Formats: sequence, C-alpha cells, structure tokens
Amino acid sequence: MSIDLTLLFTMIFFIGFVWFCMKFVWPPIMATIKERQDKIAEGLAASERSAKDLELAQAKAADMLRDAKSQSAEIVDSAKKRHTEIVDSAKDDARSEADKIKNGAMAEIDQEVNRAREQLRSKVATLAVAGAEKVIERNIDESANNDLFDKLVKEL
Amino acid sequence: MASENPTSVEYIKHHLQNWKVCKTDEGWVWNQCQDAGFWSINVDSVIFSFLLGALFCFAFWRVAKSAKVENPGRWQSFVEMTFEFVDKSVKDTFHGKNPLIAPLALTIFVWIVLMNFMDLIPVDLLPWAADKINVLAFGAEPGHTYLKVVPTTDVNVTFGLSLGVFFLLLFYSIKVKGVGGFVGELTLHPFSSSNKLVQIILIPVNLLMELVGLLAKPISLGLRLFGNLYAGELLFILIAVLTSAGIGGFIGGGIAYMIWAIFHLLVIPLQAFIFMMLTIVYLSMAHEDH
Repeated sequence: MSIDLTLLFTMIFFIGFVWFCMKFVWPPIMATIKERQDKIAEGLAASERSAKDLELAQAKAADMLRDAKSQSAEIVDSAKKRHTEIVDSAKDDARSEADKIKNGAMAEIDQEVNRAREQLRSKVATLAVAGAEKVIERNIDESANNDLFDKLVKEL
Repeated sequence: MASENPTSVEYIKHHLQNWKVCKTDEGWVWNQCQDAGFWSINVDSVIFSFLLGALFCFAFWRVAKSAKVENPGRWQSFVEMTFEFVDKSVKDTFHGKNPLIAPLALTIFVWIVLMNFMDLIPVDLLPWAADKINVLAFGAEPGHTYLKVVPTTDVNVTFGLSLGVFFLLLFYSIKVKGVGGFVGELTLHPFSSSNKLVQIILIPVNLLMELVGLLAKPISLGLRLFGNLYAGELLFILIAVLTSAGIGGFIGGGIAYMIWAIFHLLVIPLQAFIFMMLTIVYLSMAHEDH
C-alpha cells in the first residue's frame, strides 16, 4: 500500500473524464432539461391565458344572448303593434268600403224609387186621362177637365 | 491463494494484494513488487477505474446525444434525475459562475459510485475467474494471480482524485484572488494585528496553521474515501473467511455478508456524495474573495 505510478494514471483518467463530461455530456443534457422546463412553463402560461380567454368569451356570449333576447322581444312587440295596426286599418277600410257600398245602394234605391214614382205618376196621369176620356165621352168640355186633371196630377 | 489450502491470514493477504507491474533492475516484472517504490503500477486499479469511468462517459454520452425534450425514455429520466441532483447540490453551495464545477461534480459522483459498487460483487468471484483464466491461458501457477476489483480501496486512486481536486483548488484560488491574495490568505489569517512588528511575528504562525489546513483538504478527502471502502472490503473478506468454518459458519457468514452488503448500499453513494460535496465546498471557498 504505497503511492506509485497508479496515482498518475488515475489523475490523467480523472482529467480526461471530467473534460469529456464538460464537453459532450453536461451541455446537451442541461440544454434538454432547460428546454423542457421552458416548454412546460410556456404550456402552463398558455393554459392560464386560454382559461381567461374562455371566461371572456363566456361573458361575451352571455352579453350577446341577452342582447338577442331583448332584440327579439322588441321585434315581437313591434310585430304585435304592426299586427293590430294592420287589423285596425283593415277594419277601417272594410267599414268605409261598406259605407260606400251602402251609400251607393241607397242612392240607387232612391233613384229607383224616384223613377218608379215618375213612372207611376205618368201612368196614373194616362190612366186618369183614359178614365177622364171615358168620362168625357159623356162630358165634352175637355179643356176644363184637362185643367182639373193637371191639378190632380201635380198633387200626386 | 498462496498454497492449495491457504490459511485465513494467507487468504486475506492474497485478497489485499494488487495486480502489480513494476520496474526492477531486470526491467518490468509482474507481481514481485514488495519494495518497488514509486515505479510500479496497480494494473487492476488502472483497468477497473478506466473501464468504469469510460462506462460512465459512454452511457451518459449516449443519452446526451439522443436526449429528447418530449417523452424521455426510462434511461434518460434516470440520467436527468442524477443531473438535477448534482446540479441542485452545486447551485446550493457554489455561487460563482464556473462551467467546470457541475460537470466535475457529476463525474466525481458517478465515477466514485461506480467504483464503490464493485464492492458488491462477491469478493471471490472476479479474482477466482482471473486465476482460472491466467492458469488456463497463460500457464501460470494457481494462486499466483492477484486482483483487487474495487479501485477505491486503492489509496492511489482516491489520492489521484483528491489531488486532482487539490490542484483545481490551488488553480482557482490563484486565478480568483491573485498570487498576492492567496498568499495573504495563507499568512494574514487567523491572527492579525495592526502593529507591523507583531504582524511579522504572527506570519509564520499563520502560515503554519493555514498550510496544515490547506494540505488537510486533499489528504482527508482521499483518506476518507479510501478508509471507508477499504474497511468495507476487508469486512467482506473476513466474512468470506467465516463462511469456510463449517456449516454454521457458512450460514452465519452468508447472513452476515448479506447484512453488510445492505449496509454497504448506504455507504457507497454516501461516500461518493461526501466526496462530491466537499469538492464543491472546497472549490467554492477557492472562489470566495475576501
């Protein structure tokens, strides 16, 4: 058990192994570990960010839903209003049309009545004349009678 | 095994002998190196420490080459776990900026763990296999093959590591603090005085204390690892001796071997961790400028 040349060999090996490790082993593996750590940190940050985004999107969606609801309610309201308007105007139209028709019919009826009255009057006149002629066959004074008849006709 | 039926002492001695090659007057010889001094090599320590270090480099390099950011495989996850453990230890202790410290700590930790783990291979397995190969392939006499498979039970290996750390410590001390700063740290602490004359008297005292403290670092670092693993290995050998003492010894030894191996599972990474932590602490002290 004494110090000898073995010591020098060991020291040379030692230097060689440390050099090899420093050159070819340590840096790549450390770089790999670092890269993985970065990647994990990045992934965590991304997930946090996306969670926040999700929250925002949910809030936005809720807002939009609320807007859409109120809008649809508005639309329904206005549609209802328009509906009553249309119905009212239709009613008005119908009523005025009916009035118009009724008035026309009334006018026609009046006309007919007048015409009938005229006809009747003239018929009555001729009848009266005819009747009178029959009377006159007995009574000659036609002119005196005619005045009488005219007066009678006017009274009709 | 020096003889066919070795005594316990012979068995233990045989197991504590390195496979050695050394320089003598007749050139380089194998396994006759009792007094060879500095010019000898523990071939087993060199081979096993190199193979284990190369295994570490190769295995981790393969992961580094095909490292995936997404969906890492099991082996990559394991390697990354080790990396993060070492990286955290370094970041907790070392506050400067030096790209060497973390890879250095990783290399020390994994390499020492691997070398310590050789302790858990049954003590006789590899030496027995080496003996058989040597006898069959090279015609050696049985029992004349020596093999110590745990490199960290060789004081040369642990001191090789701790001296490497020590030189880095000196290098960074001088680089960060400058020669003047480093010498000042060695001579002006812990005792200092505003009186010039008193200060001059105090300098040798300070130097002595600080030098002892400085030199204690690599020595304690190397000896701690060596001592723990050597003691562990020795205990495994002693338990192995026990198993040859009849049927009771065999069962008792087997149980004792298992218990000690389980306990050793704790010692192995712990010693590697201590070596790594102390390395980081020493180098962080070298980077601190007062």
